[in-house]
This record gives sequence, structure tokens and C-alpha cells, in this order.
Amino acid sequence: MGKINLDEKKIGHARSAATRIALSLQEFIAEHTTVAVERTVARLFGIDGVDGEGVPLPNLVVEDIVRGGGISRGAAYYIANACVALGATPLQVAVQVAEGRLALTTLPREQQGVEAFIAQLAEIALQKITERRRQREDYLAEHGEGRQPYLYVIVATGNIYEDVTQAKAAVRAGADIIAVIRTTGQSLLDYVPYGATTEGFGGTYATQQNFRIMRAALDEVGQEHKKYVRLVNYASGLCMPEIAAIGALERLDMMLNDALYGILFRDINMQRTLVDQHFSRLINGYAGIIINTGEDNYLTTADAYESAHTVLASQFINEQLAHLANIPDEQIGLGHAFEMDPDIEDGLLLEIAQAAMARQIFPRAPLKYMPPTKHMTGNIFKGQVMNAMFNLTSVLTKQGIHLLGMMTEAIHTPFLQDRYLALESARYVMNTARNLGDEIAFVAGGKIESRANEVLGQALLLLQEVEKTGLMEAIEAGIFADVKRGRFGGKGLAGVVKKAPDYMNPFPALLASRHLQTK
Amino acid sequence: MEIRPYGDTLHDGAVQMSFTLPVPMSPEAKEAAKQLVHRMGFQSVSVVHMADAGEGFSFMVVYAKTDAMVDFSTISVPQVSAVQLSFYGVNAYIRREIGRKVVVLGACTGTDAHTVGLDAIMNMKGYAGEYGLERYPEMVAHNLGSQVPNETLISRAIELGADALLVSQVVTQKDVHIPNLTELVELVEAEGLRDRLVLICGGPRLSHELAIELGYDAGFGSGTLPPHVASFIVQEMVRRGIK
Repeated sequence: MGKINLDEKKIGHARSAATRIALSLQEFIAEHTTVAVERTVARLFGIDGVDGEGVPLPNLVVEDIVRGGGISRGAAYYIANACVALGATPLQVAVQVAEGRLALTTLPREQQGVEAFIAQLAEIALQKITERRRQREDYLAEHGEGRQPYLYVIVATGNIYEDVTQAKAAVRAGADIIAVIRTTGQSLLDYVPYGATTEGFGGTYATQQNFRIMRAALDEVGQEHKKYVRLVNYASGLCMPEIAAIGALERLDMMLNDALYGILFRDINMQRTLVDQHFSRLINGYAGIIINTGEDNYLTTADAYESAHTVLASQFINEQLAHLANIPDEQIGLGHAFEMDPDIEDGLLLEIAQAAMARQIFPRAPLKYMPPTKHMTGNIFKGQVMNAMFNLTSVLTKQGIHLLGMMTEAIHTPFLQDRYLALESARYVMNTARNLGDEIAFVAGGKIESRANEVLGQALLLLQEVEKTGLMEAIEAGIFADVKRGRFGGKGLAGVVKKAPDYMNPFPALLASRHLQTK
Repeated sequence: MEIRPYGDTLHDGAVQMSFTLPVPMSPEAKEAAKQLVHRMGFQSVSVVHMADAGEGFSFMVVYAKTDAMVDFSTISVPQVSAVQLSFYGVNAYIRREIGRKVVVLGACTGTDAHTVGLDAIMNMKGYAGEYGLERYPEMVAHNLGSQVPNETLISRAIELGADALLVSQVVTQKDVHIPNLTELVELVEAEGLRDRLVLICGGPRLSHELAIELGYDAGFGSGTLPPHVASFIVQEMVRRGIK
């Protein structure tokens, strides 16, 4: 695509302001852990399953340590200490805790072998994740990466087996990526449900077994169509890092992962979710999972024209936070959306400006481009045309991950035919305009170029302001999406813990130091 | 006056429809679609398009004609009975008739996380050129956001001295919104607040009729703008003597 003449200096300043914002946040993150982080450690140590009442063992273990006043030291030490003392595996230890036969914090400290055992458990966990990553690479070597923009559709029946039917139908109609939407409200559960599930509202529970069922189905249908079908779920909400770990163990390919989204739209406490996000991103990065950030959502509450710069500013911050968690650019799926009011004259030009600008500023990121939702009505016929314009903008500006718009948006979760018609339209538009972007140059000083520079300029000012006040303070002031959240408000604050000097968690250092190279 | 759908000639009864059948695309699938539509009571059924929707499903586009008619003069739909005021009109009305600020709380309750409708009514900037309630100088509007438990909404209503509660429900799959909306009414009544509160629900699948049935004072569906809701709140307060 003909490059927009953007002010490169401003891009540089914006990026370095974002780096400083991320670094100052990192100081806070490094000093804290959360109950979700510690449950993740338990899961990575192989603790899984539920007790007789359906409470997950990782929750029981961490609650036991909290009760014993030991959580600031981390779950790794207590689990490993018990294993060494009792000559048991972490899972056996967890079962004893669940049965009320063991309180982890009451065992005396073993003199020898605890740290070595922790290192050994961590190594086993990393090997499992590495193996999953290699499997994905083998599939991609066999079938190829596929051509971007990847066509991404959602399934959301509430029943994992019905989801499988819909997902396979979508793949046969041309889908490259399947996202299983979670049941409404899961982001606020402080535990990960267990087993295969068939009941959900507006989506399906994210459980390890459900991930496994969908993964197998997509591998199977992908094999038939000689392509690798990517699977998406949500490493977000109160169990962000736990679900990242489960996703890594079950070879998910993309995970929605954005603390800002949880803070603004789910009222999750900012301290909690920023700490959770860092650990989940370390895991996602190592597992080769592409993260999807949620900037698109800002435009569903705030106006797309007036708030365009908040999307860009947040993309800069998310990019830097991801870099601090060792995620390479190729795994940073920054979000944005096609949400201009369809009544604005030249609205398409504004959308092209925004999309082309993002493409140019983040050249290696697989940008996640979201379809119109806010201005979709019950008029499915007009909706189908709006989606076609969105499809055109996406192929023109070479977006990476293209979330298909449904003409029945705002009516119901997609019917099979809605998805089919959306895929048919996207395939048509993207085929008929495949190389249009390479043939187009933007008029110097024209509407598109001016708009892109205007948004960039505003984003830079915003980042400079956020740098001055700090990100948490900026959120408290309601800078993003017109939503204000307090540092001590929201859900999950009680699960945030300041680390003790003898805190132990083997994973951050290992995940950060051993960045896997693609084979 | 008897009416039926209009295609290009009065009373031709022309209808377009589309659906999916759980059988692979085939001449038999097409015939099945035709017979199905016929059994729905349609005449002159024409399956104009059939496609393979994958995984053993076929997609149909059908045109057909219906003989059904309704007598339009007998139709009546319960509607919100308030005089439609403008932004300025509502504020002037409050100053004149109520003489203090009107406190409005809005929330997406239960597990619902979709705030788009609530935001359209509440947010300062508003929607489609109409300011939201937060911008009304004579109102104090609190948008509590999404996934607010009914209990929390009520305790906030007491704390903030609310005159009206706006409850938005977008996710209505498997009728999940009905028990949730009903529970709020029951809780409001249990707290003895019903007389003091204007209770309103809204959402794309909600009608005024359903709202009344569930015990609300009004229900607003798609296309509602902030002054519609504001006009109702202030006039209902005056009607019921809430001051």
C-alpha cells in the first residue's frame, strides 16, 4: 500500500513515551503477585481437577496457603516443600489439601531439595508447552501459514459439542480462525470451571476440556482442508494467567489478553489485572500464542471519530507492555475497529486512514481488525453492506486478523447461515480486491493523510499526558473509553499480594530468559 | 382495513425469507425447503438460491406469497404514554414541576456485559445527535456499567437517593433476562421502594408490553433516544407525586 506520509518523529516520541509508561508500571507489577498467578503456578506444576463440590484444586491449594498466611511467599515453595516432605507429587499434595488432611503452611521447612524440586517441576511444565508449540510449527510447516487477513469467526452456542458443529461448518465455508466466545459472566469468576460443558449464555465456558475438544475438532477439519485452523479463547478476567496456562497446554493459537479491557469494561481491579496480565503474557509469548488486545472496544462506548487517538495511544502502550513480557511483534495482535457512524460523509476515508496508519506504525504486528457493531441495527441488509466496506478496508490496508462482521449483529448470536454469508462476502471482497492496496497511493496532504497525522498527533499528546500522571492515574481520570475506574475499586483487589523478600516463582525468569526460536 | 405484505401489487402477499436446513445441498434439499414453506401456509413458493453452508447444511433463499391478512384497524400496541419533550423541554419541566435534581441510576444487571444500549442513553455525548442523561443539567445520572448484581443496584439506589432505575438487558438468549428483571422488581418491592422509584428496562429485544408484564413502569426497545426516556421519567414522577 502506498505509504501515508506520517510524521516519523512523532511516532518515535510516542513509542518512547509508551516505553516509559510501561516501565513505570512494571515496577509496581514486579513487587506484587495475585491469587490467580499462584493458582497458575499450581496448574503448571500439574495440579488439576476438582473436589466433590466442584471447586478446582488450584483454588483449594492457594486458599489453604492464604489461610495459613503464606501467600506472599508464593505457592511454589509450599507445594514443593510438601512434595519433598511427603515424597508426593504436587497433585497428590493438592488432593490431601482438598480432603482437609494437610495444611501446607504448617509443614516445617525442608532443609534440602526444595529449590531443586521447584526447578524440576518448572522444567517439566516448560517442556509440555514447548512440545505444543512445536506441534503448531509442524502443522504450519505442513500446510503453510495461510494468507492474511485471516478470516476469524466466533461460535457461541453455550454447548461445546454444538460449537464444534458450527466451527467445522465455518471452516468448510472458509474460516481460518475460530474463537469460542465465553459464557457471559465468566470473566468475573475467580476460578476456572472444569470439564466439558453444555450450558452457557451468549457463549461457552472456557475449560481445559472444552479447549481440548475444540482443538481436536479443528485439527481434524483442518487436516481435511489442508490448512491449520487457529483456535482462540480469552486469557482475560479474574483468571487471566490460569487460562493463558491452559491455553498454552492445549495449543490455543490466539488469546484475547488486555488488562485495560478488563479494567474499563468488566470493572476488574487495575492492580489485580495488570499483575495478572504480565504473567499471562510471559506464558503466551513463550507458547507462541498471539495475543489480541481490546482497543476496538473503546469505540463501542466512545465515539470512533473523536476517540480514535485513544486507540492508537493504547496500542503503543500495549505493544510496550507486551515487549516487557518478551512477546515478539509477530505475536502482538493489536486491536482496532471499523466503528465510524455510517452517516458521516467520507467515513470510509477516516476508516482507511486509521487502518493504514496502524499498519504502518506497527508493521510486523498481526493487527486485529474488528467489524462494525455499534451502528449495526436490525437492518440486516444495510449491515451486510457495512460489513462489505469493512472487508474492503481490511484487504486494502493489509490487516492481519479479520474478525468477520455478522449482519445479525445486535440481534442474536450468529446463526449458521449468518456466518456462512459473512464468509462468502469476505471471500468475495478480498479476492476481487486482493492487490488493490499495492496499486493505491495517497494524495499528499489529502484527507486520509491529514486525518492519520491528526490522530497520531493527538495520540502523542495523550501519551505524554499519561506519562506525566502515570497509567493508573490516567485510568482513574477516565481517559480511555470515557470510563473512570479507581485504583482500589473493582473486582479482585483482595487477591493482590505484595511479595515477601523470600517470594518464589520459577516461571517469570525462565519464561523471560528462554525465548523460543521458531524452528 | 385488511392488509397483507406488499411486493409490487396491493395484496400480493409477497414475502422473502432465508433459512438453513440440516441436510447437504441437493435437489431433495431444495424440494424439502419448498414443501416446508408450503406447509407454513405460503403459496407460489420459489426457492431462488441454494448453497452449501458446510458440514452437511444447506442454505436457502425463498420467495413466496401468503394469503393471510390482518385487520389493521383492530391493532393496538401499548406504548409509553408520555409527551415527547426535548433536552431543553425536559430540563425546564424538572425546574418547573419538580424543583430539584432528578437522580437516575443505570446499569446492565446480572451477567450482562453489553453496555452499548445503556451508554447510548446515559453517556454525556449521547447518541444520534441527542445528549445522554449525564448531560442534563437538572439530572444527576450515574452509569454503574455492566454486570451489576441487582442487590448492588438497589443498595446504590438507596445510597444515592435514586428517583429512577434504568436496567439494560442485551443478552436475551434462552430468556436469561426474564428471571433477572423479575428479581429486581421483587427486591425493590421487598425493600419497600417501589412507590418511590420509576422502574424502566430497555434493550433490543424488550417491549413496553413485556416491561409492564414484568412489573416495570416502562420498557424501551431499539431506536430509543435519551429524551424519550427522560420525558417518561419526569412525567411519571409528577404523575405519581414523587418529589
